[in-house]
Amino acid sequence: MIAFENVSRKFGDWTAVDDFSLVVEPGEILVLIGPSGSGKSTLLRMVNRLIEPTAGLIRLGGEAVANLRPEILRRRIGYAIQSVGLFPHWTVERNIATVPRLLGWSRSRIRDRVSELLALLQLDEARFRSAYPHQLSGGQAQRVGVARALAGDPEVLLMDEPFGALDPITRAALQAETQRIQRQLGKTILFVTHDMDEALRLGGRIAVLDHGRLVRVGTPAELLAEPGHPLVVELLGGDGLGLRRLALETVASRLRAGEAGDGEPIAASATLDEALSRMMAIGVDRLAVRDAAGQPLGVLHLEDFPLRTTP
Amino acid sequence: MRRGFPVPWALAVTAALTLGLPFSRPLFAALFPQLPRPLYETDPFWALLLDHVELVALSGGVAILVGVALAVAVTRERGAEFRGLVETLAAMGQTFPPVAVLAIAVPVLGFGAEPAIVALTLYGLLPIVENTVAGLVQIPAPIKEAARGCGMTAWQTLWQVELPLAAPVILAGARTSVTINVGTAALASTVGAKSLGLPIIVGLNASNTAYVLQGALLTGALALSLDQLFELALWRAESWKRGHARDGS
Repeated sequence: MIAFENVSRKFGDWTAVDDFSLVVEPGEILVLIGPSGSGKSTLLRMVNRLIEPTAGLIRLGGEAVANLRPEILRRRIGYAIQSVGLFPHWTVERNIATVPRLLGWSRSRIRDRVSELLALLQLDEARFRSAYPHQLSGGQAQRVGVARALAGDPEVLLMDEPFGALDPITRAALQAETQRIQRQLGKTILFVTHDMDEALRLGGRIAVLDHGRLVRVGTPAELLAEPGHPLVVELLGGDGLGLRRLALETVASRLRAGEAGDGEPIAASATLDEALSRMMAIGVDRLAVRDAAGQPLGVLHLEDFPLRTTP
Repeated sequence: MRRGFPVPWALAVTAALTLGLPFSRPLFAALFPQLPRPLYETDPFWALLLDHVELVALSGGVAILVGVALAVAVTRERGAEFRGLVETLAAMGQTFPPVAVLAIAVPVLGFGAEPAIVALTLYGLLPIVENTVAGLVQIPAPIKEAARGCGMTAWQTLWQVELPLAAPVILAGARTSVTINVGTAALASTVGAKSLGLPIIVGLNASNTAYVLQGALLTGALALSLDQLFELALWRAESWKRGHARDGS
């Protein structure tokens, strides 16, 4: 659990973070989003004391971080930044072993931990264990970065735009990976991004920051249903908002069960925006729906699409 | 792509010269028939070589320790304001002609190896300070930030991350410094320190070109040897850039 209690940070006259309070619950992904200069990175870096707050308190599992020695605190917190943060003169193994070595783990325990993490991040051990960062692709390097952040088995993971430099396909794969790892290990993750698609995809809760202030916090569904602030509407893409809402629901939620339809059926687990796209592409207003086993379930009608939520 | 292992072959040349020169009297007698004594025999060449290496190693060692320490100090947040001063002082150390430093050091420290070592150390400081500063400031900020973020202390960051990453540039500075000092150390014989400069100075005074040639040959071979040893150290410090150390891929 990470608790921000009335946290502020000033740099000279500039207020980067202004009286920010929020609790990140154990085992949740909380995404901090906002335009550049909104203070999201500053907030993240105050958790592991790379930056000190000028006012307020940050607690990690109940303990005020200001009472812990910074080095000791940081070894308890996973920290992932863009791939340039790997140590170029160390192999993948040594990079991943950074925190365990600082914690003084035995050689054999470190070796096992590295193997475990390479497997978790789906990096082939034979190929990558003794490779150097410059021999990796951007996506591979970022996987190593995440593995390094996880190595000391931290309660909390801080991720500062970790996938910002990656191409869209690799980024999507790593977002999925982050979700899987979070579910599998139950880590609390604080994730900074300026990309709303990324925030929506990671799920959990989204906290929107503007000029150092928290303007809105909620799940993707809550934000889409009720943006509640002009900045949130803007981040959600203005008029594109409706399509994003469709992305949150599956075909199964709108289908008319039992009806028989023609044509190539769509999976019930597909999202409504995918279904809409399919309808537009082939010029129909209804689609047959099947389940995962390929059995027909019913028909999806275009007229059932409008959502019953207020904008 | 892979640069091959740099073989320090000049070491063999230096050894061959040291061992072979004492037997080269017929050769130098033939080359310089007008000289009554064509071979320098006052001191054995191996002893002069050892003295010379000692001068260079001591002054180089101190210059590297002091130079790196100064550069580290002025690249920390707290020492940043002294960076200009240290760089200026180091530059001044090098603009003084070594002979002048020797001349000033003699009244203070007397004749012998001590003034020579002081002069050589001062003279060798600049390239090391300059290169170490350059090597440390070129390290990308995200790497240093990652080191801090992982929980390394300032000391651990310096030893495990900053110095290894700056090592190639530091070594290049040390290489310049030490190689130049091999030549400068020959001058130390003017203040009574024994070195390979002795046959050269004696030869110049006595118009004995053979002596000069013998001293110069060995000095040159030594400079080349040390240069190649630095090349080897650099090759090792950069091994990570070549990727897999074990399977050579």
